[in-house]
Order: sequence, then C-alpha cells, then structure tokens
Amino acid sequence: MHELAITEGVVDAVTDRLPDAKISCVRLEIGAMSGVVADSVRFCFDLVTDGTNLEGARLEISELPARCQCQDCGTEFEPDGPIALCACGSAEVAILAGAELRITSVEVA
Amino acid sequence: MCATCGCDGDAGVRVHGPGGLAQDHGAGRPRDARHDHDTGHQHDTGHQHDAGHQHDTGPADDHGHDDGASRTVVLQQKVLAKNDRLAGRNRAWLRERGILAVNLMSSPGAGKTTLLERTAREAGAGLGLTVIEGDQETTLDAGRIESAGAAVVQINTGAGCHLDAAMVARGLAALDPRPGSVLVIENVGNLVCPALFDLGEQARVVIASVTEGADKPLKYPQMFRAADLVLLSKVDLLPYLDFDTARHAADLKSVSPRAEILPVSATTGEGVSAWYDWLRQHTPTTR
Repeated sequence: MHELAITEGVVDAVTDRLPDAKISCVRLEIGAMSGVVADSVRFCFDLVTDGTNLEGARLEISELPARCQCQDCGTEFEPDGPIALCACGSAEVAILAGAELRITSVEVA
Repeated sequence: MCATCGCDGDAGVRVHGPGGLAQDHGAGRPRDARHDHDTGHQHDTGHQHDAGHQHDTGPADDHGHDDGASRTVVLQQKVLAKNDRLAGRNRAWLRERGILAVNLMSSPGAGKTTLLERTAREAGAGLGLTVIEGDQETTLDAGRIESAGAAVVQINTGAGCHLDAAMVARGLAALDPRPGSVLVIENVGNLVCPALFDLGEQARVVIASVTEGADKPLKYPQMFRAADLVLLSKVDLLPYLDFDTARHAADLKSVSPRAEILPVSATTGEGVSAWYDWLRQHTPTTR
C-alpha cells in the first residue's frame, strides 16, 4: 500500500509550495505504468488530507495510457497490461509514456 | 506518531544502532529503546549535507487564471520529487566516497538476511560490508547481521511498507560507512512498494527464491523491471520442487531484458562466490 506514502507525498508537496492557501481541488496525472493505483490514491486522499489545508479538497486524477516503442523493430504500441512486449516478440521496449506520477495543478479557494 | 514519546515527527520511523544489537534477544526490541533525545531526535534526515529546505522546481506558478471564486495554481511537479531529491543527495554522498550501495529487495522470507549473514562472515571484512536493515518492527535482523560481524543499523518503518531516501539518509549518518566499501540496504520484505522509491543506490538487486515459484517476475513486473541483478536463492532445494528455471529466466527476460541472474544457496554456499565477485566488480574504487 505505497499509495498511502504517495498520497502523503502529494499533500507534503502542495503544503510546501502553498503553505497558507486553502486548497479546493488537486489534479494529478497517474500513468498506467507508474506502479500506482489511482483508486488507492482516492481511497487514501481524505484520510491523509484530514487536518491539512487540503482538507475537503476535490481530487481529480487523469489516468494516462502507456505508450511503448520496440527497440528492435521500432513499432510504437500501447502495451496490454503492465508487461510491455512487442508483437515481434522483443522485450527490449522503451516506455514513451505511462510512467507519469505528477501533480499538475491545484485550485486555491 | 512516535510509539515511544508520542511525538508525531516522522510517522514512527526509528533508527537503532550501530552496536548493541546482537545481544538483543528479547522480542527483538532494543533494550534501551535508543530513542536518542540527546541527539536531537533526528526527525529530519540527520545527514550533514542535508542543509535545510529546498523547493524542487522553483516557485509555484500562481499567475493562473482567476475566475473569482478560486484560482488555478500550476505545479507540474513529480509526486516523488522530494524523495528523488533526497535520493540524489544520498547518491552524491556515496559517490564522493566510492561506496557501492545496493538496494536489496525481495518478498518476506526469500533469504535476504540469511544471504547477508553468510556474506558478512565470508567476505564482509574484504568488502568492508555494512548493512542498513529495514523492517516494520524489531531489531532481530540487525542482531543477526551484527553477530555475523558486520556493522549494521536497523530502521523500523512502523506502518511503512518500504524504505525511503530520508530514512536511508538517517541510516547513513548513523552508520558512516568507510570510503570504498560495500553498503547493502536490506529493504522491507515486499515485492511491490519498494520498487517506487529511489534510495540513492547504485544497483538494485532482487532475490527470488525457488520456493516462491517461477512466476514472480510476471506477477511483480515493476519490481523486476528495475533490477540490475536477480539472485535466484535456495537453489539447494531445487531437487524437491518443480521450479522451472528456464521459464523463470525467460519470464525475467521479458520484463527486464538486461538483468543478470545468479543462482545461489546461502545454506550450501553454491554460487555465493559469484555474488561476492559481483559486489567487488561493482564497487567504484576497485572497478
């Protein structure tokens, strides 16, 4: 359940940057290959924001699809699940997108 | 909250040692609780080069559009930026001293501590081996390592399921490994969470034991994808199991094409000299 620590990281980062602001909304991007489950972050969010200046804030998560490129045949593809294998059989795959774990913006009330 | 004094500084993380851990047979709890109030309690990283508070990506861009009721502040910052920054400091600190730091990860019971005990006994002096032990509770593992002859600090993560860079910085400050040595950071037994947290290590080593079954690389791809070396442990038990080593190697290759595999048995000693050689070859000053 590293999503608890991840969600605490979100709250710490926002309170570090905007210590005196009352936050009404937090927007995150979570990629399909980030290793973080968006639903678990949602589950932790209310718990972790309790008593902070993010308490009661809305959480908006953009879940981003993964995009990979085969290093052998050059094909770009969206992997089917967390194990990126090219249709040509190669596992030499570069992750072009989907590893994101990012706070994009917040709304200050 | 800190279980000892009720402070809420570091979510219950405690650092024990080095020293005085081997005789600690009770419930694996440190006899004197070592709660170091006189050393400032080390709620921050305790690391001398960790001088204060930095913002990662400059000031927030709060010139966003103002719609009257609220305004948007664009942050565009990695969630793990703080951990990554601290990990970068650990890495620089270790690099300056030519220390090889290995992040050793596996599921619970795969044999991390047993392999480290044997490593400490057989190669510890030559490698200058020191160990940071991560467990949710107890100093049992640190006691085993200390008995085997290596300097060790125990980090208890409390509720935490992984080590992070700040905990390792505290461990480094307490342990102070010598230049040119090998430091093994034994992470909390868990094939999921530790994969996400950079500690500042130079290499990631994952132990997969043959008793766990051959399918672990496919079930926990995030962990195995990041591995530089996979130690296939408990290979002395292969005659009694239907573990398919060829399938395991093929599955690992599909997740992590570049990871090396070394079969080892900490019980019989099979393959351990190759592991010691791997450590020597990856230590910066002996490379």
